[in-house]
Amino acid sequence: MSAQAINNHDHHHDHEAEATSKVVFGFWIYIMSDCILFACIFATYAVLHGNVYGGPSGKELFDLPYVMIETFLLLTSSFTYGLAMLAVHKNNKSQVLFWLFITFLLGLSFIGMEINEFHHLIVEGNGPSRSAFLSSFFALVGTHGLHVTCGLIWMVLLMIQVSKHGITGITTRKLSCLSLFWHFLDIVWIFVFTVVYLMGVM
Amino acid sequence: MSAHTHEVKHEAHGSLKSYIVGFILSIILTVIPYFLVVNHVLTGNSLIFTIMGIGVLQLLIQVIFFLHLSLAPESRSTTLSFIFTVVIVLILVVGSLWIMWNLNYNMMEHS
Repeated sequence: MSAQAINNHDHHHDHEAEATSKVVFGFWIYIMSDCILFACIFATYAVLHGNVYGGPSGKELFDLPYVMIETFLLLTSSFTYGLAMLAVHKNNKSQVLFWLFITFLLGLSFIGMEINEFHHLIVEGNGPSRSAFLSSFFALVGTHGLHVTCGLIWMVLLMIQVSKHGITGITTRKLSCLSLFWHFLDIVWIFVFTVVYLMGVM
Repeated sequence: MSAHTHEVKHEAHGSLKSYIVGFILSIILTVIPYFLVVNHVLTGNSLIFTIMGIGVLQLLIQVIFFLHLSLAPESRSTTLSFIFTVVIVLILVVGSLWIMWNLNYNMMEHS
């Protein structure tokens, strides 16, 4: 009886683990297709970045130390999300919520800084309609920013779910998917930082 | 039994050490290109190739230490789909630049 119960439990556990790994793999495939979306926008930016139409180039517009702070915010948030995932596997609910909250704050500061940067550009007349360079710049950095914003909304929803239901199979699955998404956004930012900002000010 | 499954699961998702190593390496690989550009250590194409190379290195670091891709059997399909995507991305980006370069687009004027 007892052995059977354990066996049943194990079977159930295996089944759930398999479902989780399938869902996470499916989400990974979505992320790979998102990579291709970003590749297209990167290619567009790379082709158009010299076409300033008499307007300012990246060299005059970009503030490298400012972008460096943004980069560190996102990189640290990627790390703290990793710590949240470690807490998930330790089944420590309060630690999960704590690291998710820290990650959320870092991500929110990143988005705040980015909105501030966009606001300054647009107020100074260097909006997306100024030149092909600025159109592609706003498309690339804006798409990344939108992804981060979606990730933040998702994170809030997961924080609510975890605090309500605890760390169950379902919340673990969702947290694993968001973990992939969040690390992926950090990787995309490495290339935004390198290609747009570092090469822009050279 | 439960502890055993837990341990296996834990391994597949990396450890605190792997996150810390990945984080520190990422910081180093962010700071190096920044100073290369700000202090004008290198110029022109050598600078472009160096910072792109460092960017790719950081990509690999984060893929290994944060996303935990490996050639282990349980993550092989993930890794293969990743490699496939990298190939597609390279064709897209390099191909676009190559075509536009050949169209004599005035796009590499800064180098």
